[in-house]
Amino acid sequence: MTVYDIAVIGAGPAGLAAAETAAARGARVAVVDAAEHPGGQFYRHRPGDDGSRHHHWRAFTRLRDALKNVDHLAGHRVWHAEPGEPHTLHCLVGHADERPTTVRAQHLILATGAHDRSLPFPGWDLPGVLTAGGAQALWKGHGLTAGARAVVAGTGPFLLPVATGLAASGATVHGVFDANRPDRRVLPLATDPARAIEAAGYAAALLRHRIPYRTGHAVIAAHGDGRLEEVTVARLDRDWRPLPGTGRTITCDTLATGYGFTPQLELAVHLGCALTEGFDGTPVAAVDAAQATTAPRVWAAGETCGVGGATLAIVTGALAGYAATGARPPASLLRRRARQRRLAAALAAAWPVRDGWKSWLTDDTLICRCEEVPHSRVEQAIAAGARDTRGLKLLSRTGMGRCQGRVCGYAAACLVGAPERPDRPIAQPVRLGDLAAGDTAPIHPRAGADT
Amino acid sequence: MVKPLGGADVVVVGAGIVGAAVAYECATAGLTVAVVERDQVSGGTTGAGEGNLLVSDKEPGPELDLALLSLRRWREWAETLDTDIEYEPKGGLVVASTAAALASLTALAEGQRAAGVETAAVADPRTLEPHLRDGTAGAVHYPQDSQVMPSLAAAELLRRPGITVHTGLTLTGLTLTGGKITAAVTDAGTIPTGAVVNAAGTWAAEVAARCGSELPVAPRRGFVLVTEPLPRMIRHKVYSADYVANVAAGTAGLETSPVVEGTAAGPVLIGASRERVGFDKTVSVPVLRRLAAQAVELFPFLTDVQVMRAYRGFRPYTPDHLPIIGADETVGGLWHACGHEGAGVGLAAATGLLVAQGLTGGKPALDTAAFRPGRFGRPVEEAHA
Ligand SMILES: Cc1cc2nc3c(=O)[nH]c(=O)nc-3n(C[C@H](O)[C@H](O)[C@H](O)COP(=O)(O)OP(=O)(O)OC[C@H]3O[C@@H](n4cnc5c(N)ncnc54)[C@H](O)[C@@H]3O)c2cc1C
Ligand SMILES: Cc1cc2nc3c(=O)[nH]c(=O)nc-3n(C[C@H](O)[C@H](O)[C@H](O)COP(=O)(O)OP(=O)(O)OC[C@H]3O[C@@H](n4cnc5c(N)ncnc54)[C@H](O)[C@@H]3O)c2cc1C
Repeated sequence: MTVYDIAVIGAGPAGLAAAETAAARGARVAVVDAAEHPGGQFYRHRPGDDGSRHHHWRAFTRLRDALKNVDHLAGHRVWHAEPGEPHTLHCLVGHADERPTTVRAQHLILATGAHDRSLPFPGWDLPGVLTAGGAQALWKGHGLTAGARAVVAGTGPFLLPVATGLAASGATVHGVFDANRPDRRVLPLATDPARAIEAAGYAAALLRHRIPYRTGHAVIAAHGDGRLEEVTVARLDRDWRPLPGTGRTITCDTLATGYGFTPQLELAVHLGCALTEGFDGTPVAAVDAAQATTAPRVWAAGETCGVGGATLAIVTGALAGYAATGARPPASLLRRRARQRRLAAALAAAWPVRDGWKSWLTDDTLICRCEEVPHSRVEQAIAAGARDTRGLKLLSRTGMGRCQGRVCGYAAACLVGAPERPDRPIAQPVRLGDLAAGDTAPIHPRAGADT
Repeated sequence: MVKPLGGADVVVVGAGIVGAAVAYECATAGLTVAVVERDQVSGGTTGAGEGNLLVSDKEPGPELDLALLSLRRWREWAETLDTDIEYEPKGGLVVASTAAALASLTALAEGQRAAGVETAAVADPRTLEPHLRDGTAGAVHYPQDSQVMPSLAAAELLRRPGITVHTGLTLTGLTLTGGKITAAVTDAGTIPTGAVVNAAGTWAAEVAARCGSELPVAPRRGFVLVTEPLPRMIRHKVYSADYVANVAAGTAGLETSPVVEGTAAGPVLIGASRERVGFDKTVSVPVLRRLAAQAVELFPFLTDVQVMRAYRGFRPYTPDHLPIIGADETVGGLWHACGHEGAGVGLAAATGLLVAQGLTGGKPALDTAAFRPGRFGRPVEEAHA
């Protein structure tokens, strides 16, 4: 046999849980993941982690151990998912020595996670301004020296682990600024004991590192001559417009910003999965009660079908694993999913992105950094008849460059007033020679796995 | 329920490059124009194709005459329009791989020259394109082949005073009085007018039906590959001589012979394929592979260049590969400007001119008999399955 029963794409919490569940039911499973090490966003976010301070470490080691029952295809970037019987994943392995390969499977579970969501503001293109994910990479040891002066800004509870991670790796964090003022009384953390403990842990860490935490504030501009030197922080009104006279500057060389996450839907779109609105209104893969997408023999789990944190990712991953092997899931798992979804919806409601960020922009603030498109040109394109991000791209080049709109897409969608329509037939850059080479070197299931 | 929008002398259906050209030329001729677009400016095929203005790929005949007229008009537009529409007369280079291919290419070029096309035989194509593979049989250089950015051009044309653009509005029908149009009906109101121009591209058959007429326009899918930005390595529009045969073919099967060209912004464009598969948006990996293989064959250095994206569009195909330009033969006041298949950008300028001349009773700049909407007869049959 040259075909897997199930291929899981993504080795984050969702993908690992899906693989574990499916393999435990006797399926021949491949886990295809772009990263060299399993764990995805969540378990990757600590340096040389021995797990000692990680809230979910036990869960992770269990999931990681389950990988020995599957073929873990690490470092495999899927550039296209082709629906069929079986489905075909077109992959690339290696970088300088890139080579193409294919993985075939009867069933697919999409667990491709999400990427950081940025909002533009004057100076956000200066070196030293990072996304939360970029900051993670930094504290993994790329050039961040002890004594770096960092500021964290954006919105959402995940700013806290970013700040404590930066502090733990030696930076002095001069403040965490959350643009929202989540109402503590409706703060749903209390309904989830694990989260409450987590939140308490981060609060303690903030105190320990003496990191100021301000809600209703944002970094509205970054300044520097060729690299980040200082930021302007202002108090915001409810709609995120800066209150006059509240701006002050903070000297820093590192700014980590994050305004939530955008699901990676390329592969779901390739396979023909219908999209719907996620907890915060942005597009996600639509799934039914069994995590099945609208495409035949394709399930989705984790952030692909709604940004809701690691626990929801694990639960939905396991559910997809049951469904893809035709097994009935335990009722307890369904109850946990319902609870985690309510929580995710409450978190999305407590930490929305408000329209006032648009008032931080000046005419020359770049919206698309790859193609250097300033705000004024985006406005011209809208005036000329662009009604969504595709029109903006055609009339102003916004989103046409290297990142293919992954960085600016959310902001562009807000500015033009229509949701993103993710449509990237090529999910990862592929060399023409490899594309031309055709269907070479398919990966076959390990002989021993055939039980 | 149905409220009147502002009236206009002409209502143009579709804000693609053809609708924009028609609107622009009508406004230039002194008419007031309302453009009705159900999506957005360039939201149809114009935003999903490329911007080649080619004479090189056309056999002598009515389409080549239209292309030559259009090319002249595009050059005038590029000079008069306010914004940069990325017009670039970079020239085309058609490469023959075998002596036999070169012989038929040379014969084609001779006929084209007689029709007014500038051509030059090139014994060693690498004098013009140093990175081309060696061992080709020869090439023909077409200095008139040019380039524009169609979406920017459409948006810029539509900014002309006298034109009102209604995006997000769908034409649903006509109001007729005594067999003549008195209003265009949309999903958000009616527009009093005496003339409606169907410039709905690949959807023109549907619009014709809504207007009580019939046209045989069908989709022909094409994929384009876009590479990472590079320093200028490819200077012309380069394609293999097989392309001409593909354009003229009407079969449903897959045909590829991509034009490979560098762009001002850096990426190399490789496109496009031709297939008749309805409006199927599914990405075809075999098609992408073929485009890549043919591009690499022309320019071996592309092997190590990364493709960043691919996109697809649906050309407005007609059974005889000629556009449909002219007055409808039954509905008084209804005009058609559609069905330009893979050449709608190139042919848009002349199409706009001819429609404006027709609507104002002027003498057409060339004989339009070959483009008559009525030429297909009724009932409409698929000429090629
Ligand atoms: C800084 C930070 C702090 C966070 N803190 C918390 C927290 O405290 N509590 C909490 O609950 N959540 C937290 N989260 C969120 C948590 O990380 C996510 O909810 C979780 O990782 C989602 O799991 P997932 O399996 O859906 O996706 P991911 O973990 O993102 O995994 C997706 C995987 O898919 C792979 N992939 C994607 N596309 C392709 C492709 N085309 N080819 C091959 N592989 C592909 C990726 O490489 C990745 O490994 C935090 C996130 C960040 C960034
Ligand atoms: C891959 C590819 C490459 C190509 N390369 C070239 C090239 O290099 N050079 C070239 O000249 N041509 C090229 N073409 C062909 C060219 O793109 C088309 O011929 C041209 O864009 C057609 O323009 P149009 O204005 O007729 O149609 P469109 O741009 O499709 O405009 C029609 C508009 O009508 C609107 N519409 C439809 N129905 C209604 C309704 N009921 N009410 C209101 N509005 C409606 C649609 O939304 C659409 O915006 C290519 C095409 C493809 C697919």
